[in-house]
Amino acid sequence: MTAQRDAGKPLDGINVLDFCWVAVGPMTTKYLGEYGANVVRVESVKRPGTLRSAAPFKDGVSGINRSAYFASYNANKMGITVDMRHPRARELMLRMAAWAHLVTENFTPGTLESWELGFDQLKEVNPGIVVFSTSMMGRGGPMEKQPGFGPVLSSLVGLTNLTGWPDRDPVNPYGAYTDFIVPRFAVAAILAGLDRSRRTGEGVHIDMSQLETTLHFSAPVLLDYAVNGREQSRQGNRDPGAAPHGAFPCAGEDRWIAIGCFSDAHWEGLQRTIAPDGSGWPYNPDFTTLLGRKAKEDELERLLSDWTSSWEPGALMETLQSSGVPAGMVNDCRDLFDDAQLQHRGHFQWLDHPEIGPYATDASEMHLSLSPGSLDIPAPLLGEHTAHVLKDLIGLSDDEYKSLEEDGVLE
Amino acid sequence: MPGAQSGVPDGIDFLLAPYRVLDLTDERGLLAGKILADLGADVVQIEPPGGNPARNIGPFYGDDPQPEKSLFWWAYAANKRSITLDLEQKGGQALLKKMVAEADFLVESFVPGYLDTLGLGYDLLAEINPKLVMVSITPFGQDGPYSNYQATDIVGMALGGFMYLTGDDDRAPIRISFPHFYLHGGAAGATAAMLAHTYRITSGQGQYVDVSCQQAVAKTLAHAPQIWDIEGAILKRMGVYRQTSGENRVRINWPCKDGYVNYMVQGGSVAYSTRALLEWMKEDSFDTADLDIIDWERMGYGAITPELMDQLGGPLGDFFKGHTRAELVQGSLDRRILLFPVATPSALQDHPQLEARGYFKELEHPELGATVQYPGAFVKSGDGGDIAGIYRRPPLIGEHNTVILQGELGITGSELESLKRSGVI
Repeated sequence: MTAQRDAGKPLDGINVLDFCWVAVGPMTTKYLGEYGANVVRVESVKRPGTLRSAAPFKDGVSGINRSAYFASYNANKMGITVDMRHPRARELMLRMAAWAHLVTENFTPGTLESWELGFDQLKEVNPGIVVFSTSMMGRGGPMEKQPGFGPVLSSLVGLTNLTGWPDRDPVNPYGAYTDFIVPRFAVAAILAGLDRSRRTGEGVHIDMSQLETTLHFSAPVLLDYAVNGREQSRQGNRDPGAAPHGAFPCAGEDRWIAIGCFSDAHWEGLQRTIAPDGSGWPYNPDFTTLLGRKAKEDELERLLSDWTSSWEPGALMETLQSSGVPAGMVNDCRDLFDDAQLQHRGHFQWLDHPEIGPYATDASEMHLSLSPGSLDIPAPLLGEHTAHVLKDLIGLSDDEYKSLEEDGVLE
Repeated sequence: MPGAQSGVPDGIDFLLAPYRVLDLTDERGLLAGKILADLGADVVQIEPPGGNPARNIGPFYGDDPQPEKSLFWWAYAANKRSITLDLEQKGGQALLKKMVAEADFLVESFVPGYLDTLGLGYDLLAEINPKLVMVSITPFGQDGPYSNYQATDIVGMALGGFMYLTGDDDRAPIRISFPHFYLHGGAAGATAAMLAHTYRITSGQGQYVDVSCQQAVAKTLAHAPQIWDIEGAILKRMGVYRQTSGENRVRINWPCKDGYVNYMVQGGSVAYSTRALLEWMKEDSFDTADLDIIDWERMGYGAITPELMDQLGGPLGDFFKGHTRAELVQGSLDRRILLFPVATPSALQDHPQLEARGYFKELEHPELGATVQYPGAFVKSGDGGDIAGIYRRPPLIGEHNTVILQGELGITGSELESLKRSGVI
């Protein structure tokens, strides 16, 4: 089960009882697994998690163990099945809570309590336990049980309002965007909670409202309203401090390059690249200053687009960067796999899954010099580690295990 | 190291109370230290004389572009203290090294290699303090083919794969109009610092951590990379729509009388929401007969075809346009319809849930004679204790020079004067 390690990993020996599901929770606990924690994900045969039935599937055929979406977010975790509505589930979970340093969940607030497994009850069997709960709106308050998921939260938190063209309806940032903002804050808070628990012996219940966390990704916008009364809104790709600033078409279908010129040096690099002989439209005196370029930004963008549209985006990026111009090709998902820098960083790792075969999952964005993380184990099949976890890690006897199995607790 | 750091006021005893962070970042990394400060660490922002470059980023208090009035700085420097140090002078380097000896973390966001040229690279700092956790946050990481590339927000959001998937399908890909590239990296910096810290607890050893903002953005793409890996399909941006399966998509955002609302037509277990909306439309004299006969209860996720979406779009769009956002949100709460506001800053200011949880925090800015409402703690305790929070307004340039250098580091008054005269602080 455990990979060969040298210096070890930061979270070696930390046991996690993981009730997280969908995306925001599993991305959080994936970091924990990648850095060495023993993450045991609790699922149920009766109510398999949403991501297990989410595309893409191996060969396009759906199946409980065939989702690459699930497989990506649940690498380096073990999986057990427990029917939490079974009367004996609570007793089993209390034994696991005694083993765990950390319990994680992202249910609607009140769910753990409805199983009589709230923080106070878990603390009775394990005074130092850290319980991490995250929900859309946080615990308590009139809207704590409001349902919803990432695309809803992007709108609630004000990010949709900041995304789109000024002459069109606002659009959502791609996907369940906030689900991928919250986990980094979550891991920092969880590890801070574990640190204090270790120092003081005192457990803590961490309550993370995804709305409140994500607002830190637009805090200056909120302050602008609070002190200046200004309601910022979407501006397409424009930026008040730069011109040109946008995504410009390249050769081929739906190929683009992002360029942003904030300084004179950026603009001069662009001028030189477009017209090495020092003549032509880039040298129009109207474009010399940022103010001048802002005043004629429509025209500037049109002229620049004419020039970029004959370039292959990767070649143009290299050419512009070599002249000191901030430029990057607009990577689509195939480009990400070909991206030289992401390859250099080992961003995508391939794991061999018994039903999916080799599949890509993204490694973490931080490289630790002494105790790096690694992704070694494909996501669990439904219930794959039930016997191993309960017998070898929790220490149930064969008879105890058999009795739970026969009673239908492990479904 | 029991008890809180001297830089944290009495009565503030959050999760990271015993630890000190030296924060050398600019706008490319400020959020990392902010997260650690909100969790209770004593975070000392080390600014160049004249102030941190992030202080030049607007908008500004009263639209007055002064370094003490940058709202960007305010947002990501609250809770921190500030000293000024010219790291390009020997005197500044010596003071930094002295502080490193007592620090738990150092976070920086300079271009790769810059600190090495000053003799302040990790290897040298680790000789002074082997337990130091040092985190570098850069656009692409410390090495590799892009490591010296110029990166602004739009460049990073493009190379991270976010932009291609965001925006209308008949126009260029777009970024979010508030920069997020470096915030993703900054948040990852805090995660990274805590991972290395956890290793230090058991091993006694510090280490160096290299964070890539590009990778941080590439991790926001849900299953889009897997769709390429497994299906060989390139997912495209869809404007106001969201893909549900294959060609099927549902509209997310709709204009109403005074703004926008978020509503996704769904069946199956939430068919009740669609039924309730159709009932409401009937009260407004809409003829919904064609929609009522649809078997919403048995409609699975992703089963709404483009044809059905078109059929729904007209009447739903007209209904929403006839009401204000507030009417739609309140009416939906009353009728159990899964409709949500596309919130603007003013709506967030008056949000009932944020108010009930006491989210926003007022901090005094005595120099301005102003009280300012800040976004509050990003995390709370479920059991009543304080584990994180916002308690101190952002520091003025070098505000804590005397208290830190003289009071905590033991520099004498005359040394301090001489450092000031030579421009080190």
